[in-house]
Amino acid sequence: MIELAIGIILGCCALGAGIALIAGIGPGIGEGNAVAKACEAIGRQPESKGAVTSTMIMGCAVAETTGIYGLVVGILLIFVAPNSFVNILLNAVSNLPK
Amino acid sequence: MNKKLRAKVIDILLLAMIILPFVACMVLRILTRGASEGISITGAQVYFTVPMPLMDLIISESQVVSCAVMIALLGLCLFLTHGIAVIPNSKRQLAAEWIVEKVKGLVDNNMGDRFHVFAPFVTAIMGLSVFSSLSSLLGLYPPTSDVNILLGWAILVFILITYYKLKGGLWNYVKGFFQPIPFFAPLNVIGEIATPISMSFRHYGNVLSGAVISTLIAAALQGLSRMLLGWLPGILGEIPFLRIGIPAILSMYFDVFSGCLQAFIFAMLTMLNISNGFPEEDYERRMAKRREKALHRA
Repeated sequence: MIELAIGIILGCCALGAGIALIAGIGPGIGEGNAVAKACEAIGRQPESKGAVTSTMIMGCAVAETTGIYGLVVGILLIFVAPNSFVNILLNAVSNLPK
Repeated sequence: MNKKLRAKVIDILLLAMIILPFVACMVLRILTRGASEGISITGAQVYFTVPMPLMDLIISESQVVSCAVMIALLGLCLFLTHGIAVIPNSKRQLAAEWIVEKVKGLVDNNMGDRFHVFAPFVTAIMGLSVFSSLSSLLGLYPPTSDVNILLGWAILVFILITYYKLKGGLWNYVKGFFQPIPFFAPLNVIGEIATPISMSFRHYGNVLSGAVISTLIAAALQGLSRMLLGWLPGILGEIPFLRIGIPAILSMYFDVFSGCLQAFIFAMLTMLNISNGFPEEDYERRMAKRREKALHRA
């Protein structure tokens, strides 16, 4: 029985990590838009290339934040969470009244 | 002659001050972590804990490396400014002047003239962040992939932001939470607290994800080379040939480019947040008040 419970914990952690990385969609679309607009701007005014590029990189990095949050959650779910969840489960099982 | 010799000796000492902390960290890492462990993704290694009344103080690898980076940065500053003259006569003085000029221009552009005293602070944050991220190239544990270090920096910045917001007047600060309508107060408080968290998580997530992805790819390449080249006789089959060189290309992006970009963004957000907390009008009003007071006294 306890093996099944541990298996459910591991599987759900992996599923959760996968779902958390859906957060990467938003920043991907947003950064694509930003780069497209920056290309347009450079095409219109080639002399402003430096300013546009630095502003775009800054904006991209800020827009990336939500994706990074998802990534951090995913990493924590894969490398950190299973261990602590299994420990919690084992503690709970050993404290059960017989 | 004697003077020249002394300058040389001091130069060598300063260079040692830059290099030795990193060497010491590498030796410490080799001594405390076995090389045969293979590929593993772990947090910072805890060297020892100091018992404290509220909570045990943990001295971990990231703190040690971060102290080493600070010592090395101090050595670098002393080295760059050693033997400066009115007319630049050495390359390192030109480099130092270039750094100072660039950062001053950046701070003046982004924060306005009233914040020109912030140039050294911004340079310190940027240098610390860049060197911390690049220390992973030496095989050290980069302190920027530990959220505690980054949260420390971000809280420092948050204190500065709040200090400059309070400079505009306590009443204005409290009133700012009830803008545009009082109903938004809880959201504004959350937004205020989110600033340091988002700043630290952005930087830490980038560096950590780079480290994790590099490790995973190194592991994958090791498995692949064992599968493809395992038939080679003797010890040749044991050597993971595919791991040579290919991870370095990824490291160019994840360690060098991403580390420098995140350092720049951390410094940029610091500047923008601080200067937004104390707008130009408030500064003008404050200055006018001070001038009036001085007139009264005179």
